[in-house]
Amino acid sequence: MNEHDRTIPQTAPIQSATFSNAVTAEIRRAAATGIYDIRGGGAKRRVPHFDDLLFLGASISRYPLEGYREKCGTNVTLGTRFAKNPIELDIPITIAGMSFGALSAQAKEALGRGASAAGTSTTTGDGGMTPEERTHSTKLVYQYLPSRYGMNPDDLRRADAIEVVVGQGAKPGGGGMLLGQKISDRVAEMRTLPKGIDQRSACRHPDWTGPDDLEIKILELREITGWQVPIYVKVGGTRPYYDTALAVKAGADVVVLDGMQGGTAATQDVFIENVGLPTLACIRPAVRALQDMGLHREVQLVVSGGIRSGADVAKALALGADAVSIGTAAMVALGDNDPKWEAEYQKLGTTAGAYDDWHEGRDPAGITTQDPELAARLDPIEGGRRLRNYLKVMTLEAQTIARACGHNHLHNLEPEDLCALTMEAAAMTQVPLAGTDWYPGKPGSDY
Amino acid sequence: MQSIDLATAPLREMNATLQAQAAQTNATQWEILNPRGAHAIAVGLDAPIEVTVRGSTGYYCAGMNKQATVHVTGSAGPGVAENMMSGTVIIDGDASQYAGATGRGGLLVIRGNASSRCGISMKGIDIVVQGNIGHMSAFMAQAGNLVVCGDAGEALGDSLYEARLFVRGKVKSLGADCIEKEMRAEHLEILRDLLARAEVDARPEEFRRYGSARKLYNFDIDNAAAY
Repeated sequence: MNEHDRTIPQTAPIQSATFSNAVTAEIRRAAATGIYDIRGGGAKRRVPHFDDLLFLGASISRYPLEGYREKCGTNVTLGTRFAKNPIELDIPITIAGMSFGALSAQAKEALGRGASAAGTSTTTGDGGMTPEERTHSTKLVYQYLPSRYGMNPDDLRRADAIEVVVGQGAKPGGGGMLLGQKISDRVAEMRTLPKGIDQRSACRHPDWTGPDDLEIKILELREITGWQVPIYVKVGGTRPYYDTALAVKAGADVVVLDGMQGGTAATQDVFIENVGLPTLACIRPAVRALQDMGLHREVQLVVSGGIRSGADVAKALALGADAVSIGTAAMVALGDNDPKWEAEYQKLGTTAGAYDDWHEGRDPAGITTQDPELAARLDPIEGGRRLRNYLKVMTLEAQTIARACGHNHLHNLEPEDLCALTMEAAAMTQVPLAGTDWYPGKPGSDY
Repeated sequence: MQSIDLATAPLREMNATLQAQAAQTNATQWEILNPRGAHAIAVGLDAPIEVTVRGSTGYYCAGMNKQATVHVTGSAGPGVAENMMSGTVIIDGDASQYAGATGRGGLLVIRGNASSRCGISMKGIDIVVQGNIGHMSAFMAQAGNLVVCGDAGEALGDSLYEARLFVRGKVKSLGADCIEKEMRAEHLEILRDLLARAEVDARPEEFRRYGSARKLYNFDIDNAAAY
């Protein structure tokens, strides 16, 4: 019998789970180029997330509020601890920091327009404050980053809040980078760098290290701004209990906690996928730190990283956050990864929904680019309208859930409104597994 | 001269008073008494006033200074004149870490020594140190001039961009992508001007110039060991 005889049943080709096509393709790419893969966005791997939680809704033990009839508040005040002028927002969904440089000026303007129309704030990024975003943002948070690109006291005083960025979820412990393709004349001037070079941002602040120094740095920023505006401290999700406690000890008005699904403009893929905690795992330890210090709700907690819908908003708030922040979802609302650009995505070797080479500056949607022709594809007025709509929908969705749980304000959502679908989610959130009153590690239980 | 005594006046009152001085103020001369190492003294100033701090300061003295001249008669703690935009800051004694960090303009003069990371991420400031500077100074320095009349510690100018470094004494070691460069006539002129403005008695010809080799400006796998 000939083993190549086609009439005999053959062993089917079996792809290795360990050496999958994606893995071997990356090995070949690395061997050919000699550089790690750089991309934008957050972790793409499957991790426990808000999808692993459900709301219980009202029944006999709780009664619901009438949808569309009974009030369900959505406002939030950030920075009530020390600032003379806390930020008052109509909705608990803010726009995360994204830089001019990473994004086009039109995209930054659209973010400002959309956020303002929805009654919320937007945030600068690693590149300073542009007139476009200041003009079009009713409430603008100014990021204070290790690179200090564009940093100056005038913009500092023009801000409605200051966010000291210690880290971000996509790359906790890592610095930033903006490849030379996106260093246009204007970006280079704002960052005091030669045009066309790969811009590196340091992973640590240049003039402080550790929580004791941070306390003095915050004092300096408050003295420069007359104690007028809130000071946020943003950390990547790594050790949320201690990072939150130390940020509060250092004097933060607001702690921003970014999980590993939170996006970045450009970082090594190996970093994005292998460092940090899922957003879901960050919230309860941070809330517990605030509660242990007696400052839950006095120091506000803003959570980001993979927020997509009003359900995600409601779940984050039920776990104890005061607000959430969105970045990737806001870009999608503007038009990022829209299938209408599929032909151009194909030319770039990708497909709509998977495009993440934001660092290359060739974004067909005109958002993550400094190319004037591509950037002109995004109408900032239309983009702003789309973002406003999306923010309104998320808010309505969160209100729908809160009313169904019997709450007249989103901040009245609580862990007891939730159940977990998986053991992992139950363990991470201390929310009981669905149909039980138990979660792993529950005090008094054996497991 | 107007005096503010930090033994009795709160820090907030002192900074608010100095920050409130308008460009046309007649009260141009100020002195701060009993600083006692306090942090954030004379930060965020934005007027052509002269402030003399009689003693030593803590962190971030004269941070983000614009226009003002701040003179510390003692030594300064970490981050003196950080992110300075313009004006002049003079330290009679020594300066701790991060002196002039991310500074964008103006002149910082340190009569004594400066500790590590002097001029880190500097973006246009001019710094003149009469003594020595510590390790990792001018790390990722983007623009401006750092003049060192004494010696420089390890890894001078690591990963620097377009800042110019001038050292009269010994350099313990150069950081990644930092090299010695030819001292041309235009550099001698820059140096002469800086030494004169800092009132330092030294000859430009005694200095050596260092700058970026520009090999790390765009990623190259053959330079991976230097990243």
